[in-house]
Amino acid sequence: MVDAQETERFNLLVLPHLDSAFNLARWLVRNRTDAEDITQEAMLRAYRFFGGFHGSDARAWVLQIVRNTCFTWLEKNRAPEPTAEFDEEVHVTNSITPEALAIASNNRDRLARALETLAPRFREVIVLRELEGCSYKEIAAITSIPIGTVMSALSRARHHLQLALGAPVGEEATHEL
Amino acid sequence: MSCELPRAMIHGYVDGELDAVRAAEFERHLEECPECVAMLESQESLRSSLHRAQLYEKAPPQLRQRVLASLPTAGPIPMSSRRRPLVAQWLAVAAVLLLLLYSGWRLIPGLDGRNNQNALAAQIVDAHLRSLQPGHLTDVISTDQHTVKPWFDGKVDFSPPVQDFANDGFPLQGGRLDVVAGRTVAALVYARRKHFVSVFIWPTAGKDTSTRTGTQQGYNWITWRKDGMEFYAVTDAAAPDLTELQRLISP
Repeated sequence: MVDAQETERFNLLVLPHLDSAFNLARWLVRNRTDAEDITQEAMLRAYRFFGGFHGSDARAWVLQIVRNTCFTWLEKNRAPEPTAEFDEEVHVTNSITPEALAIASNNRDRLARALETLAPRFREVIVLRELEGCSYKEIAAITSIPIGTVMSALSRARHHLQLALGAPVGEEATHEL
Repeated sequence: MSCELPRAMIHGYVDGELDAVRAAEFERHLEECPECVAMLESQESLRSSLHRAQLYEKAPPQLRQRVLASLPTAGPIPMSSRRRPLVAQWLAVAAVLLLLLYSGWRLIPGLDGRNNQNALAAQIVDAHLRSLQPGHLTDVISTDQHTVKPWFDGKVDFSPPVQDFANDGFPLQGGRLDVVAGRTVAALVYARRKHFVSVFIWPTAGKDTSTRTGTQQGYNWITWRKDGMEFYAVTDAAAPDLTELQRLISP
């Protein structure tokens, strides 16, 4: 009954993270339809490799697979992605604060659009931290970036997000770790 | 620019990822650096905008069905041992039964299912352990129930009962969000002498149940249902402390 036990363990440990998997995929590929296909593929992959999972953090393990599946997909379906270098000149426009933006009725659309303009590598750390509530340690495990650089990756990502929102920001880029 | 502090440190601070010493250092620095204060405010404002925007998108219900249907019925590839045909057939039957059981379990609102009690207890203890890492205990630090309760508004789709029991030896420390079995739940933190108690709360459609208790990895847990809420408390304090806290929460 080893296999059946494994299936039960999979259903118990991995399937509950389907929402997390879908949410990450949706923000990485930027549409729900592709995100569904990718999530399904990632879950199937997780199922195949489940015998090799002995850790305690099933969510991080699944999200790592989802994330890698997304990046493979993004490479194959290379649409014009925004580059990591954001044109700061163009986007620093006025003195609307995020606070004021939040009051705007289309706050969600606005934030969603801003998030979607970020490069995937910035988008993923924002989604993992702000939507998924991952710790730096988990983010490092999921994205394979060294734990020591998660903080500066988030710093850059948030900086770009604020620029995309047209908010005034400090001189972040000059003062990195 | 006068501030020599690495900017990224603000993010470590906002995210509660600095250790106690560095966090204290940073707080001292804030007293004399208006630049960092402004940066901190803008980061906190960005974060609250993000949270209010509720960008999280859940998987559509049919995706769960699709995923379940696409999984091979013979189970994951075992690390060792070759499968024999007869065994494979039995396993296929077993897997289908498990899938049916699983779907049945998913249809029951809440997170119940007696078979899952141990796995759930393990997850709860893990969540409690995670929270004990520096900076993770609480998202909202307050001993005031009137601060903690509204903090959950808009973060979870239910209103958890929040009360301070300082007079009864369980001062409220704050609250946070946590994820248990894939669901976002409210977690309240109480102090008990030198220990912490995490109380996880989520809504359930099930009837009130009698109390269940247990021990997992040396941590005591207690769970009960009352008035449409499921409670799970875990601590390294003594088991009777949990019973006492339960009586306070659900008298």
